[in-house]
Amino acid sequence: MKDQTRPLPVPTPETAHFWEGTRHGELRLQRCTHCAHAYFPPRPFCPKCSSAEIETFVASGRASLYSYVISHRPIPGFEAPYAIAVVELKEGPRMMTNIVDCAQTPEALSLDMPLEVAFAKQNEEITLPLFKPLGV
Amino acid sequence: MKRSKAAVVGAAETTQLGVIPMSQVQLHADAALNAIRDAGLTVSDIDGIATAGETPESLAHYLGITPTWIDATGVGGCSFLMHVRHATAAIEAGLCRTVLITHGESGRSGIAAAGFPVPIRGSLLQQFETPYGTTGPATMFTVPVLRYLKKHGLGEDALAEVAVVQREWAAKNPRATFKNPISVDDVMNSRMISYPFRLLMCCLVTDGGGALIVTSADRAKDFSRPVYIVGTGESVETPMVSQMEDFTTSRAFRVSGREAFKSAGITHADVNHLMIYDAFAHLPLYGLEDLGFCKPGEAAAFIRERNTAPGGKLPMNTNGGGLSYMHSGMYGMYALQESVRQVRGIAAAQVPDVNISVAHGVGGMFAASSTIVFSKNAS
Repeated sequence: MKDQTRPLPVPTPETAHFWEGTRHGELRLQRCTHCAHAYFPPRPFCPKCSSAEIETFVASGRASLYSYVISHRPIPGFEAPYAIAVVELKEGPRMMTNIVDCAQTPEALSLDMPLEVAFAKQNEEITLPLFKPLGV
Repeated sequence: MKRSKAAVVGAAETTQLGVIPMSQVQLHADAALNAIRDAGLTVSDIDGIATAGETPESLAHYLGITPTWIDATGVGGCSFLMHVRHATAAIEAGLCRTVLITHGESGRSGIAAAGFPVPIRGSLLQQFETPYGTTGPATMFTVPVLRYLKKHGLGEDALAEVAVVQREWAAKNPRATFKNPISVDDVMNSRMISYPFRLLMCCLVTDGGGALIVTSADRAKDFSRPVYIVGTGESVETPMVSQMEDFTTSRAFRVSGREAFKSAGITHADVNHLMIYDAFAHLPLYGLEDLGFCKPGEAAAFIRERNTAPGGKLPMNTNGGGLSYMHSGMYGMYALQESVRQVRGIAAAQVPDVNISVAHGVGGMFAASSTIVFSKNAS
């Protein structure tokens, strides 16, 4: 995958810890210390109970393939066909990502296959959390 | 059925569909003037306006309207269904008497069009979805469906069958963009766009517009062919398809549908005609299940068994839908128009004796939803 020109995220005060984490090889999630709900995307309060008593923790990086499409339309930064995937993290939340080190075919991408995070540095500021088949 | 508070007394689409040499605001005006004429009114009778895609001020200025009530709810393709709901409440509250709801979109030609919204830099959508290669609805709206198919043990042909049946309806509609019959094989052999979605499982793209005139149910008696609004619903879930609660069902669909049926005081058996917004072929499957017409996982068989086809017990998307009739980008207005035509008895593929029609819309990628129940009778 050509990563030079894909659109990159613009961090905000509420998400800075997440992108700082990926720069350091950590997938940082948040958890409510009041109701124990682990959640994503980041925000400084619990989306389930509204409590501001939350903590940031480093997730395991383990996930499973929840759903995906394989886009056949060429766009800058990607080599079509490429999969746009949603993974379910071991800790519960889901996130959109790409699957690397794996053929971008329906045969290779089987739902529920185990995955692990693969950090992909884009520039000095941004490292994206991509995922690869577990153990590859 | 509960007593209706408001009714559609004028309804029309733009004179043309397809590629239209008009700016987007002129498409709104063309549809608006057609609908006002259909109601037997003049522009000076309009005291409330609701629109999306264009701003209410551009619409008011362009048409020469001085409104005392406006609604600019803009949540994508189902905005116009929400406008019907909000107009009903506003009329009942005495905020206005005669509401004009307009849609117009240069989806194909792009003449003075807003285009598909670009995510705000730094929004959660821009940070956590856009970097992964999403290129608009075909790569976002479609993301949940493999999970749906796997859960219910269905194949890609479940999507193809939706497109085939809707083409049967389109074949009966002279205004439909695509009218030639297609088979499941034709759909399954069409070009891959975004696996598992092939070209014929995706909506077409055209220019077009539509408009409605809504007034109180009491006043509607003075108009020819009023179509009563008897139930309405709306909800939203998330702007990020990756963050839907459940990829096999839409919470916004369920909440909106439940509200609409409850407020109408009807059951599913009362429904003679159904429109479910079909930007992509999976939406009628989700819609049939989330509105409660089918149990989870049973919509594909329901369609395969021809229940929604011509001659079936629940005719659905009888204009041909976004897959075959037209789709300008925000399709909800055309679902409303077809429901109104069916209740009036003037549709191209008219279903016999439609007393109750349900129109169900979606906005964004399962982000928003609204449902309207129409009836020939006020109560």
